[in-house]
Amino acid sequence: MASRFDGVDFYDVASLLSEDERAVQATVRQWVDEKLLPVINRHYVEGTFPKELIPEMAQLGFLGANLPEQYGCAGLGNVAYGLIMQELERGDSGIRSFASVQGGLVMYPIFAFGSEEQKRRWLPKLASGELIGCFGLTEPDFGSNPGGMITTARETGGGWVLNGAKMWITNGSMAGVAIIWAKTGAVDDARSIRGFIVPTDTPGFTAKDQKGKLSLRASDTSELVLQDVTVGKDALLPASQGLKSPLMCLTQARYGIAWGVVGAAMACYDEALRYGKQRVMFGRPIAGFQLQQQRLADMLTEITKAQLLVLQLGRMKDAGTMTPEQVSLAKRNNVDMACECAREARRLLGANGILVEYAAMRHLVNLESVYTYEGTHDMHTLILGEAVTGLSAFE
Amino acid sequence: MKIAVCIKRVPDTETRIRIAADGVSADEAGVKFILNPYDEFAVEEALQRKEKAGAGEVVVIALGPDAAQETMRTALAMGADRGVLLRADAIPADVLAVAKALAAELKDGGYDLVLFGKIAADDCAQAVGPMTAELLGLPCVTAVSKLELDGGKGVAHREIEGGVEVVEFALPAVLTADKGLNTPRYPALKGIMAAKKKPVEVKPVTFAAPRLRVAALEMPPARKEGRIVGEGPDAVPELVRLLREEAKVL
Ligand SMILES: Cc1cc2nc3c(=O)[nH]c(=O)nc-3n(C[C@H](O)[C@H](O)[C@H](O)COP(=O)(O)OP(=O)(O)OC[C@H]3O[C@@H](n4cnc5c(N)ncnc54)[C@H](O)[C@@H]3O)c2cc1C
Repeated sequence: MASRFDGVDFYDVASLLSEDERAVQATVRQWVDEKLLPVINRHYVEGTFPKELIPEMAQLGFLGANLPEQYGCAGLGNVAYGLIMQELERGDSGIRSFASVQGGLVMYPIFAFGSEEQKRRWLPKLASGELIGCFGLTEPDFGSNPGGMITTARETGGGWVLNGAKMWITNGSMAGVAIIWAKTGAVDDARSIRGFIVPTDTPGFTAKDQKGKLSLRASDTSELVLQDVTVGKDALLPASQGLKSPLMCLTQARYGIAWGVVGAAMACYDEALRYGKQRVMFGRPIAGFQLQQQRLADMLTEITKAQLLVLQLGRMKDAGTMTPEQVSLAKRNNVDMACECAREARRLLGANGILVEYAAMRHLVNLESVYTYEGTHDMHTLILGEAVTGLSAFE
Repeated sequence: MKIAVCIKRVPDTETRIRIAADGVSADEAGVKFILNPYDEFAVEEALQRKEKAGAGEVVVIALGPDAAQETMRTALAMGADRGVLLRADAIPADVLAVAKALAAELKDGGYDLVLFGKIAADDCAQAVGPMTAELLGLPCVTAVSKLELDGGKGVAHREIEGGVEVVEFALPAVLTADKGLNTPRYPALKGIMAAKKKPVEVKPVTFAAPRLRVAALEMPPARKEGRIVGEGPDAVPELVRLLREEAKVL
């Protein structure tokens, strides 16, 4: 029997949520307890994504939840969307990654840069989970610097021909459609980057599972190769224009990550607290020792700060005033905070902390990926540095 | 098919309850409230019946404070069509008063079926359903774990000590739902958004002078620490002696 999660809410943040935001959180929380947690360890150990959960996640509205109802989405506000990510990542970062990519990196660019016809054609199928999507920006030689990419799209009479390779692509092998970013002009011209909707069964498109991952094991991470992949004119996202467009997608996904990792931290804190109260050493519960109390107090403090940070970020996003730099601050702070919580929880658990039966180490190693993807911690430091000084350290 | 489901807002069953300063009520500070778990089965059953019939209406009725509206939204998010809140500052301890208020609301509603949960997680009275049925002059089947409806008749299964009782009844009827009846659905996110627009009618209710009151509320005594009487087969005689003489269970 899965034990139920009661949340970590020291500052009554729930009282700052609307009734429907609380209801959304309750649904996802219950689903994670009842459906995800009972199967996650097996998938994690076997290195498989729990595909069997996709239909219900879709039916409940977890995919692209902040996009409008007219395209089959739930039409939620951004705080409710954030709460979905938080609860999913309380379960596992891999499942949250799946939802982030589907919603923030596949459905969002179609919504933001697509024609009305493209939106009607693709969004309902992506919302219903009938179709899985992936987002190809990173390349083997261009990670933190995606503007340097060498994947190209050349216009022909009837459409476009794409050539290149994409690396570290979440959902890559199970996707039916890929959003591929490619240069339509000179290879040193980042302004010529455009987005393309590419069905993965197009001849010349291959995906290969990334083997040997020690992190995000319950997530599909793949390498994509595009060799003379020919698509029609309607594959181009007409409003995509330059590197700014994929970066706008990343802002969406990073926003979700900033929320999501708080969930992972909450799971680790909750586990550490329960364990500490029940594990007796030197004749008393280890939670009664000052050193462990400091661990717990630090975790609780950082989680509480992070919760308030993302809530305000969400309110600004709903108001239309949120800036990408504010998202960088939240992604940077919260992922780092979650990594620390996971590490301290793992240590508090002693030897049991290295077992898959406990969640802390799974979260700990998952979060190392989250620390790196969607702009490494370092890159967000530089983005903030540039924002406050006006001096770019990387361009 | 027109179905009413009477639902109650109760403290989350996993909340640690504290007794309030007055000594006769639970301290609500920091307590999370939920839709009574058995009522979820009743709501789900109503929704499935309506879906099967292809037409009809599911009305949820709650008696309680304004805050019960949030509980009601859970049922609306699951798919109920509208709600009626019989607004009272507090839910009377005299459950007959609750049944009377519900019966008055249900009487002229033209319902084919009135559903309750078999028990409320907070007061465990198991009485409001049957009392309401009595006041309405309708047949009542409690603790239903399987239900078949056909035309104006129904067959319900009840799990009783050591077996199953099968009961036939005529509609309209009042049923109380047990677990096993169905698997309640999650309120989907679209349902949650749709629930915001569904109508909830608020009707203040008043009660006659109470005929009973809660005199005291006590926490269960703290459990005594366990005792290890020995190890291996050698411990058996002592264990048997204690079970016989001290625990008096043998
Ligand atoms: C599990 C997983 C899933 C992913 N999913 C996707 C996906 O779905 N789609 C996609 O397009 N990409 C995806 N990525 C790729 C991810 O976004 C990149 O890994 C990330 O941008 C970092 O690039 P890199 O790995 O090439 O590291 P590099 O850019 O090589 O960085 C290596 C190190 O150098 C540092 N560094 C780089 N530049 C500077 C600088 N100017 N100053 C100081 N330090 C610097 C970095 O911070 C880092 O510590 C995924 C990655 C992982 C691990």
